[in-house]
Amino acid sequence: MATIVGAITTSHIPAIGSAIAKGAQNEPYWKPFFSAFGKVREWLAEVRPDTAVVVYNDHGLQFFLDRMPTFAVGAAAEYRNADEGWGLPTLPPYRGDAELSWHLIDSLVEDEFDLTTCQEMLVDHAFAVPLQLLWPGERVCPVATVPVVVNTVQHPLPSPTRCFKFGQALGRALDSFGGERRVVVIGTGGLSHQLDGERAGFINKDFDLMCMDKIVAEPESLAHYSVPELVELAGTQGVEFLNWLVARAALTGRVSKVHSNYHIPISNTASGLMVLENRG
Amino acid sequence: MSKPLVSIRGTTVFDGVQARKGYALNKMCFSFNSAENRAEFKRDEEAYCAKYGLNPAQRNAIRNRNVLELIAAGGNIYYLAKFAGIFGLSVQDVGAQQTGMTVEAFKAKLAAAGR
Repeated sequence: MATIVGAITTSHIPAIGSAIAKGAQNEPYWKPFFSAFGKVREWLAEVRPDTAVVVYNDHGLQFFLDRMPTFAVGAAAEYRNADEGWGLPTLPPYRGDAELSWHLIDSLVEDEFDLTTCQEMLVDHAFAVPLQLLWPGERVCPVATVPVVVNTVQHPLPSPTRCFKFGQALGRALDSFGGERRVVVIGTGGLSHQLDGERAGFINKDFDLMCMDKIVAEPESLAHYSVPELVELAGTQGVEFLNWLVARAALTGRVSKVHSNYHIPISNTASGLMVLENRG
Repeated sequence: MSKPLVSIRGTTVFDGVQARKGYALNKMCFSFNSAENRAEFKRDEEAYCAKYGLNPAQRNAIRNRNVLELIAAGGNIYYLAKFAGIFGLSVQDVGAQQTGMTVEAFKAKLAAAGR
């Protein structure tokens, strides 16, 4: 079976990718954000994952409104990054883990989640930026990957409860895998932010900090919000917290917090980072 | 679907109503993933909008570079960001325009949310 070593949840703001491209990590604006990742890398060096299951939302690179899956799972040997239109450098391809992907797909569909499966899939900044943060300086990402996309773009979105159940099913699927794998689950996006409308710039520190507290030991309590409540409390793009819920719910053992960081603002966003360890 | 799923002040939730209204506009903005298409838009903006079948409100909003008008015309911010990218605008520039603030004041508002 796969060993789920834990989950990492982090913001995936495109400006982070630009800062990495410019080498701006030590500038005063960026340092409070980047310096928090040292402890995460130490933890990764201890738990030595083979594969990262990356739960994120696509921002119009792979999926357009012609076909918008609620949950999509990558099933390819390789995933490519590409031009998103606003100047981030295109990154080298990512190695897939097709054997694990197909096991997850079989198990999730058996568990009543009707997925879109993708044998070709472009991965955008929401997938790539977190991997750059976790394995910096590596030209090619050293772990294999399984992209999992949640629709946070076009409403109706899957509810927090549905996302939590999806994460639990993902955890069961990893537990029942026949091969040997050490897996880290990464949930990307958030925390509170809103890019659009007269309410642009909305940030809710109290709500974010409450979520970061509860997600460790009482994550079910966060699954009870409705999507409209989440939009109101976290902003139109703060709904990316759904990806965090999926990642947390996939941890099937005893969960403890290894590290966290919260910093406002990065770009228009309250940035959040957590490392949650999972012990069988 | 006839009425919005969510009603929050200063917020247009991108639901089925908006997705239907904004399809042509968003499809055009989605095309800006390609550098070739961005160059084609810059060469002849009106022809490019016509090719994607934008309605008059959408064409005006594109001409005006006005994000609130683009959202009212069905635009989704993730696709609109690719349009803004053509002009090198950041999400702070876009936020400042929508809130009627200077970019400096908008950045100060973001920083203040951390205190």
